[in-house]
Amino acid sequence: MDERSEQAGGKQAPVIEPGYTFGSVTDKISAIVLTRPTSTSWFIGFGAFFLVTMMLLYAIGYLLVRGTGIWGINIPIGWGFAIVNFVWWIGIGHAGTLISAILLLLRQSWRNSINRFAEAMTLFAVASAGIFPLIHMGRPWLAYWMFPYPSTMGIWPQFRSPLVWDVFAVSTYFTVSLLFWFIGLIPDLATLRDRSENRWARIIYGILAMGWRGSARHWFRYETAYLLLAGLATPLVLSVHTVVSFDFAVGIVPGWHTTIFPPYFVAGAIYSGFAMVLMLAIPIRKIYALEDFITERHLENSAKVMLATGLIVAYGYIIEGFMGWYSGNRYDAFTLWNRLHGPYAFFYYMLIACNIVIPQVLWIRKLRTKPVALFAVSGVILVGMWLERFIIVVVSLQRDFLNSSWGMYYPTRWDWMTYVGTIGMFLAAMFLFVRILPMISIFEMRTLLPEAEVKE
Amino acid sequence: MKRPPIYGMLAEFDSASVLVAAAHHTHEAGYQKIDAFSPFSVEGLAEAIGFHKNNVPLVVLIGGLIGGLSGYLMQYWISAVSYPLNVGGKPYHSWPAFIVVTFEMTILFAALAAVFGMLALNGLPMPYHPVFNAPRFAFATKDRFFLIVFSSDPKYDSVQTRRFLESLTPKSISEVPS
Repeated sequence: MDERSEQAGGKQAPVIEPGYTFGSVTDKISAIVLTRPTSTSWFIGFGAFFLVTMMLLYAIGYLLVRGTGIWGINIPIGWGFAIVNFVWWIGIGHAGTLISAILLLLRQSWRNSINRFAEAMTLFAVASAGIFPLIHMGRPWLAYWMFPYPSTMGIWPQFRSPLVWDVFAVSTYFTVSLLFWFIGLIPDLATLRDRSENRWARIIYGILAMGWRGSARHWFRYETAYLLLAGLATPLVLSVHTVVSFDFAVGIVPGWHTTIFPPYFVAGAIYSGFAMVLMLAIPIRKIYALEDFITERHLENSAKVMLATGLIVAYGYIIEGFMGWYSGNRYDAFTLWNRLHGPYAFFYYMLIACNIVIPQVLWIRKLRTKPVALFAVSGVILVGMWLERFIIVVVSLQRDFLNSSWGMYYPTRWDWMTYVGTIGMFLAAMFLFVRILPMISIFEMRTLLPEAEVKE
Repeated sequence: MKRPPIYGMLAEFDSASVLVAAAHHTHEAGYQKIDAFSPFSVEGLAEAIGFHKNNVPLVVLIGGLIGGLSGYLMQYWISAVSYPLNVGGKPYHSWPAFIVVTFEMTILFAALAAVFGMLALNGLPMPYHPVFNAPRFAFATKDRFFLIVFSSDPKYDSVQTRRFLESLTPKSISEVPS
């Protein structure tokens, strides 16, 4: 395979350090789940994020009692934090599917050591995202009205609305991500079933593995299904953020009504997603001593993806600015002026700094392999991408056509509690995931070893 | 139904290359009912045991077609027949607006068909299987490779088959009770 011959050239860091065998790869990854004692710091970390999750439940509970009036939203800015966070989280999820599906189709075998936890990240990010439009509806207990079901009221959803498309896109995305993640886990669950000493662990992993025994016929169908799923997930992931961008682009609000949105949203999604992948991978590889599997090569490749998608995002900003001037539309021109000089101008300059200026340090090769520096840049990008959605949602709505309907938006503490709460939920779920499931795909790591090659 | 007391003869190998070669030899020697087990998908192994084609792509195609057609027809029926609603003067059957949901339904049904179709064709879930009785079979999910000749094979003979498998230089051979 290309990957191995490239390693022999010795130009880049290897995908997996030499000296491993099928047995030692299996033992090293499964030991994290099966034999490694749960450390105090795991309990402290999980406990802390669990408490933050409880804060989320409190914020949502209070919202259900009092209604969305506890948030800072009002006319003209009816969308506020809920939609900002929704778009931010969905975007973060996109990197997981990109790594597991698109890089699989492109035969980038370095993905094998990061796809599992990137897929888990996708699931938890989409779950966090899904909360927001739901609780933003005002009467979340009627959420099922969004789905086409034969109701006694005799009414149906309105399929010409992008908001209904979004329901289908996001629920399909979550379902397919879950399937993809689970089907990838089956052979590894069988490994855990056969390796574990604990009776209950054996029973639970055994049930989940569904009797997988590695038969050649099974593997053949499995690989076909996995490849087809990747082929299905690829257009799906591109469609999801496209549909999310339609929520804006189909509207006539200046700053939203533009054709650059779909590609620029997708690029931004992958940009922020890879930033989150790095922010998770860097501490995980350190804590669990997985530097041999998640090597400098992975860090560098992820940094390159961020650099490339970041430039597409920068192009999006430039085109937005250019069209504001070139369209000759006074409302578009004013939106541009309002971003640069309006009451939220500070956030626009922060956005440019976080998303365009600072990430350019990734051109420096040395920095791309420095975990601490990458971690910091990834954090900056995540802040920048959140600000981008804030600018799109809030600053566009803030001053539209008539200055009699202008207004300001100030988030309340309930907005912040809900947002920070979903970050806590996301991280608590990641803590659980690394403790009870293999965070690196064991069987795909085996295929990276030189001994996996079949010699005639 | 009374099962035959022996399920098959299991030979253990320590590398993927040896397993593929052994599977080729066994298939060429005229054994029809054989299977191989490996800790990861080994290139060419399915072909070596004489399994050339699987039906997963067909199942996925059917799933996708059902999803896409039902998605589109549902929107058509809802928007043009059951509940015609005038939205900004757009036609009731405004097909460009229906493409997104049609696409998502295609992907959803195709993906469900891929996963559940693959599991069904593989006969999973199957918590019990005779091959798990073999003492060293737990290593099939770690670093060992196995080849089995089923006792239902017409050529199966506990002495002859063992002798044949021994000629393939396996690490161990065991008879699997059913």
